[in-house]
Amino acid sequence: MAHAYTPGLRVTPDITIRKSRLLPIPGEVLVAPGQQVDATTEVAHTALPGRVYPVNVANQLGIAPGALPSYMIKREGEAVQKGEPIAENKPFIKWLQIQVRAPISGVIENISTVTGQVFLREPPTHIHLPAYLAGTVVEVIPSQGVVVESRCAFIQGIFGIGGETGGVITVAVSSPDEVLTANHLRAEHQGHIIVGGALAHPEAFIRAREIGVKALVVGGVHDRDLKEVLGSDLGVAITGTEQIGLTLIITEGFGIIPMARRTFALLAAKAGQRASCNGATQIRAGVIRPEIVIPLGRSSVSPHPTPHANPAGGIQVGDMIRIIREPYFGRIARVKALPPELQRLPTESAVRVLVATLSEGQDVVIPRANVERIEE
Amino acid sequence: MNPQDLRVILATDCGSTTTKAILIEKRGEEYRQTYRGEAPTTVEAPFEDVTRGVLNAIQEVEELSGRTILDGERILTPAHGTSGVDIYLSTSSAGGGLQIVVAGVVKAMTAESAQRCALGAGAIVMDVLATNDGRPSYEKIERIRHLRPDMILLAGGTDGGTVSHVVEIAEYIAAADPKPRLDIGYRLPVIYAGNREARTQVQNILGDRVALSITDNIRPTLERENLLPARRQIHDLFLAHVMAQAPGYRKLMSWTGAPIIPTPAAVGMIIEALARREGINVLGVDIGGATTDVFSVFQGIFNRTVSANLGMSYSIANVVAEAGLANIHRWLPFTLDEQTLRNHIKNKMIRPTTIPQTVADLQIEQAIAREALRLALEQHKQLAVGLKGVQQERSVADAFEQRASGQSLIDLFALELIIGSGGILSHAPRRVQAMLMLIDAYEPLGITQLAVDSIFMMPHLGVLSTVNLQAATEVFVKDCLVPLGTCIAPSGTGKVGERCFSYRLLFPDKRIIEGNLALGDIRLLPLAPQQEAHIELTPTRGFDFGAGKGKKISGKVRGGVVGLILDARGRPLIMARDEATRVRQLHTWAQAVDLYPHQEGDGERS
Repeated sequence: MAHAYTPGLRVTPDITIRKSRLLPIPGEVLVAPGQQVDATTEVAHTALPGRVYPVNVANQLGIAPGALPSYMIKREGEAVQKGEPIAENKPFIKWLQIQVRAPISGVIENISTVTGQVFLREPPTHIHLPAYLAGTVVEVIPSQGVVVESRCAFIQGIFGIGGETGGVITVAVSSPDEVLTANHLRAEHQGHIIVGGALAHPEAFIRAREIGVKALVVGGVHDRDLKEVLGSDLGVAITGTEQIGLTLIITEGFGIIPMARRTFALLAAKAGQRASCNGATQIRAGVIRPEIVIPLGRSSVSPHPTPHANPAGGIQVGDMIRIIREPYFGRIARVKALPPELQRLPTESAVRVLVATLSEGQDVVIPRANVERIEE
Repeated sequence: MNPQDLRVILATDCGSTTTKAILIEKRGEEYRQTYRGEAPTTVEAPFEDVTRGVLNAIQEVEELSGRTILDGERILTPAHGTSGVDIYLSTSSAGGGLQIVVAGVVKAMTAESAQRCALGAGAIVMDVLATNDGRPSYEKIERIRHLRPDMILLAGGTDGGTVSHVVEIAEYIAAADPKPRLDIGYRLPVIYAGNREARTQVQNILGDRVALSITDNIRPTLERENLLPARRQIHDLFLAHVMAQAPGYRKLMSWTGAPIIPTPAAVGMIIEALARREGINVLGVDIGGATTDVFSVFQGIFNRTVSANLGMSYSIANVVAEAGLANIHRWLPFTLDEQTLRNHIKNKMIRPTTIPQTVADLQIEQAIAREALRLALEQHKQLAVGLKGVQQERSVADAFEQRASGQSLIDLFALELIIGSGGILSHAPRRVQAMLMLIDAYEPLGITQLAVDSIFMMPHLGVLSTVNLQAATEVFVKDCLVPLGTCIAPSGTGKVGERCFSYRLLFPDKRIIEGNLALGDIRLLPLAPQQEAHIELTPTRGFDFGAGKGKKISGKVRGGVVGLILDARGRPLIMARDEATRVRQLHTWAQAVDLYPHQEGDGERS
């Protein structure tokens, strides 16, 4: 294959991005093309049909399913309240009467004369879809949603937990290699996106949740601590729906890893500004990485979105890279040479490699698959 | 063109990340795989057209082979001299493969048959619903609603059996009003393959809500499973609904000379074809980044299972979650603290395309692979079973044995060939590493051959087998399979160091090699590919090669790129509980088979 490296994560102070905001089922779009929106503006809404509860009425009344309609008090389409009788038998002696009551409030949807079941549906759930980004509506997809464009500073993390949220950025540590502890967090951080350094200490999670912090952004996290937070071992890297009280974004990886200086500096420069963020991660085909989006302001919308760097463009001599596997995991280096021939690793695998110079001047040989370009 | 006249065959497999093309040519009287090319799959944005990746992969084949295959975006057929191909074929697992929800009445009977049917058709089974699956009915409805499958397979009841229970499940589906995964604008395909007496009612309940098709009952009687009609129906719907919705597939389908088949179904076809041709029991495994597929043919019965979240990259952390960290740790020939190991594995999960650079790192990956392989086989054993609920005629002797119906078909003594596929096995730096991973995970018994897939061309050969079986099996044996050798292992356990078995190996040139193994030993004897020898094995009293404890056996053994592994480490494998002893034990075994390159400071890593 022509390219054998991991495209880097995007960390940029100025980019125009577009986000599709789509309803899970068709509904109504509430905004028009060209309209300015805030992160919390409702752009579309819909009603998700309520849950269905079957009740085997024929069994409970001890009757044949075919006879069920004549025992029903309520008909298909009728509304019922929880506990209200929906069917009853007609015994000669009144105290032998059996009534079947509705287990939920809703509507009688279907009465089956084959199985003797009655299906009740709960009222619909209303979904209000926010814009998530402050920006401009550039496209309306009828009945489905919109595309919002925003000029912003944009930071991708490597992995996250929890879904979309937003808040004011606050840097709680003094350097990217400092560990975020409970002592860094104060009551006034409620509703904020807190930027830590090399690691989030387990007590920092607890404190952040107590305070009501919206999101934590740190370089690394210990897997064992993540297990504590989630209550179970994370198996597959498809996240975003966890309900842990806040969103967590890690920018570098698992373990104590100082946040990349460039990432830390950009977040520090945006301290005090409102941002949107999302921990949703999907590491499969169609990769999704967690993100922090800091709008640059309404007046600065560009006519065309900034194209992403071409991932197939390949690494060049002189590029800055991050090494993403042992034995130099987490180190930043500059590409010195790209030998074309396969080279044998200590494992005896023959692979394409590059020669990189570490910050202290040492040259090391790394498989090309084990680096990512630091993109701007 | 008559299938037997095909001389130049082009086949692609459109995987979720890579599209792989191979060229097969008839040279003289034999078919051989000659060239291959690959390119990133282009199902997703920004291309959203699978044919882009296919054309790129074919272009690579053109460049390497010197054959002109494409005229712009058209595949030239038939072949003339150095241009064109006689047929183009393809398989596909791109865009998440084929995802099915199956439902039946009784979990262990019709629902299980439906599950086997869907898996055999190459599907990922998202859930198995049954009236007795232990979930309240509203939960089942909610589950159907939330899963967005490509199709639903509804079975239930033997012909003439229960109607109301089948109708009940159909009512749940109707209440859930499920939507298909790829396009909410079309109706979800539902196949009804249950009690024929319930067809009218099922039609009345589901007919105007879903795209219902009705086929023969997959369990017409308790004693008979009839999976083929429903499996064919799944493939037809896969083409008509799923493939037709995926980006670029309509065009791709117009290029192929035979229907596109889901990748795992094609792998199953070629394994089944080989087992039938050779008349042997085969176990195949394909360990990928996200999933592990296991295929088996025992007593002529084919089974496939897919362990959806056991894989070596995207799902690597789930292997650890399911196996437990201690089970990973037991395979490491060095000590490593839990925190470091946990973080290491999660870092592989979030950067799945990275590769091990150090031997210790390779050993961690191979440790995890052993557990993924082991767990996937455990899951396979539970589904590859005889039919449950069947009345058995028993003789007086059988009555003492108390065998229940639904026994696993996987009999390791009867197993004759293990085929491994997937990067961790096919690309292991030393072939002996692949062989030992398979042996450690499966613990084969008696005499078992092992092989690996050289460049993952089983899907291509599977779809080719639907057109030209001879070409497919010929290439499979000659170019696809790399014979690793044979494993010899008795069942039994005891005290490490006590005598386990003796062997006598007789070569065609009259040479004889003989020796003894103590319990805990493993030995590698050279036996090259294409070489065969006769072996006589005499176990001591507590050990069994399949003929009974202490009973002598003899048989033929075949060589391979690794050779003959004599494994007296015990079945189940005896591993020391004490960490220092276990590390020494692993080093001894590794040295005995020359498993890894020698390293300074072996035994510790922090």
